Amino acid sequence: MRRQPWNRRHLIERIMQIAMIGSLVIVALCLGAILWTIIVRGLPSLTWQMISQAPKGGFYMGKAGGVLNAILGSLYLATGATALAIVFALPIALYLQTYLATSGWAQLVRLALDVLWGIPSIVYGAFGFTLMIVLGVRASLLAGIIVLALVELPIMTRAMDEVIRRLPRDLAQAALALGSTKLEVALRVIIPQTLPGIVTAVLLAFGRGIGDAAAVLFTAGYTDRIPTSLMRPTASLPLAVFFQLGTPYPEVRERGYASALILTIIVLVVSFGSRWLAARLQRYTVK
Amino acid sequence: MSAHIDVTNLNVFYGKQQALTNVSIAIPRQQITVIMGPSGCGKTTLLKSFNRFLELTDGTTITGAVQVDGQNIYAGDVDVTAVRKRVGLLAQRPTPLPMSIYDNVCYGMQIHQMRTNKADYAVAVQHYLELAGLWEEVKTRLHEPATSLSIGQQQRLCLARGLAVEPEVILGDEPTSALDPISSQHIEKRLLELKNQYTTVIVTHTLRQAKRLADYVIFMYMGEVVEAGVARELFTNPQQERTRQYLEGVF
Ligand SMILES: Nc1ncnc2c1ncn2[C@@H]1O[C@H](COP(=O)(O)OP(=O)(O)OP(=O)(O)O)[C@@H](O)[C@H]1O
Ligand SMILES: [Mg+2]
Repeated sequence: MRRQPWNRRHLIERIMQIAMIGSLVIVALCLGAILWTIIVRGLPSLTWQMISQAPKGGFYMGKAGGVLNAILGSLYLATGATALAIVFALPIALYLQTYLATSGWAQLVRLALDVLWGIPSIVYGAFGFTLMIVLGVRASLLAGIIVLALVELPIMTRAMDEVIRRLPRDLAQAALALGSTKLEVALRVIIPQTLPGIVTAVLLAFGRGIGDAAAVLFTAGYTDRIPTSLMRPTASLPLAVFFQLGTPYPEVRERGYASALILTIIVLVVSFGSRWLAARLQRYTVK
Repeated sequence: MSAHIDVTNLNVFYGKQQALTNVSIAIPRQQITVIMGPSGCGKTTLLKSFNRFLELTDGTTITGAVQVDGQNIYAGDVDVTAVRKRVGLLAQRPTPLPMSIYDNVCYGMQIHQMRTNKADYAVAVQHYLELAGLWEEVKTRLHEPATSLSIGQQQRLCLARGLAVEPEVILGDEPTSALDPISSQHIEKRLLELKNQYTTVIVTHTLRQAKRLADYVIFMYMGEVVEAGVARELFTNPQQERTRQYLEGVF
């Protein structure tokens, strides 16, 4: 009965353990290095002025101003796009699961969503841009929101789809046995039960939306003005980072890192905030 | 004694595999009918044909008729939610809905809009919890999650929830098999108390439970009904060889 440290099964177990810990360490190190870089290079430039003012004249050559235009622009873009995407993603995911189930159609829709997921966002941007030319409209916050919603839709829908798929069958059947319609099951059972997962799906999509530069480049444009109208162009943080890092002035590049830090903080705050919310909503879920 | 559920020539296929063959049976009104038979003989399948749960599985084919009060529930113009409201189901394992104890009982009444105001719902919730023998244990914690109850309590909650939509028929697929002996007794006691108001159909593997509960017994084997009859007669004097063997524990 004594454990033999070097027999084959234990050896394999050991090797796998080391491999898993190794990968974990690599991922953690990468994340740490990224955070370290933007903190070390960005924090000194992260002044109150940075987050409370729009760029003044000569901002990109090192003069006064901040990136409030991009902060607000990004918040508007990502919030609007995420809200719009929820309106479509949640019904699609519920329809896939409760009405189509495992039919051929459902698999086709899933395949389509997975393909859309894989398409680079610059293609969405180009598509939106082409459409805007045909329709004769200019770059605007609204156009940016619509295209970003398209970028977010596949991720959000598939993430929700997976969450709902893992729902125990008994649960939906218990409600059906009482004479519920499928819609009632969806609204009263599936959504409350999967809410934490749905929040995570929304979060994933928000993260992709707020971090995206390519889709908004063509469609939302860029401006130093604070966004005030859906029909006007707007700045966004990823593009602000891009423009600032692209200048030859060291102090402007530092501010680029500070902008990246702001973006990261926004994502972290939203992420922790919704996790806290999801935990509170979890009270009644069946485990 | 008129039949409440009338099954004629029912055939059920899962894909190509036949699970029920030419089943014709009459379930008596306001009595407890027990379905017995070895594992895989089609008891669950027969039970699920009564509340149209078979169609939740992909690829099932159903032929024949199941009449509840003379109405074929498989006819084209039948509202399946109305069927399931009339024919309630107590599952093998308790499945509380993701809501409070109170809302679990209230949910069914709400979707069918069976009351008009909050106070009436509250009265009804208490009534059905009492009927299921759970009220005293939960009256101070109605708004806690249903999952905070013990398994046995959860099953009684499921009973209350099912009764609240005022069904005529209660189906139970081994409703006590996941419970401890005391909780099982609880459920059995409720079913006996309720049997004069509801037509009850129970699947069970335990012969003793069958003897305690049954007024009427259906014995199945390999997808067919071998024998059906009044409990006392069937238990003491089975007509078919297979039934006798089963009762003697040969298989
Ligand atoms: N979803 C399904 N797909 C395919 N075959 C099935 C399915 N459900 C049941 N069957 C088959 O149909 C037959 C009857 O199954 P059923 O569940 O009705 O038996 P049962 O009498 O309830 O058995 P048990 O006592 O073990 O619960 C079995 O041969 C089973 O393998
Ligand atoms: Mg069964």
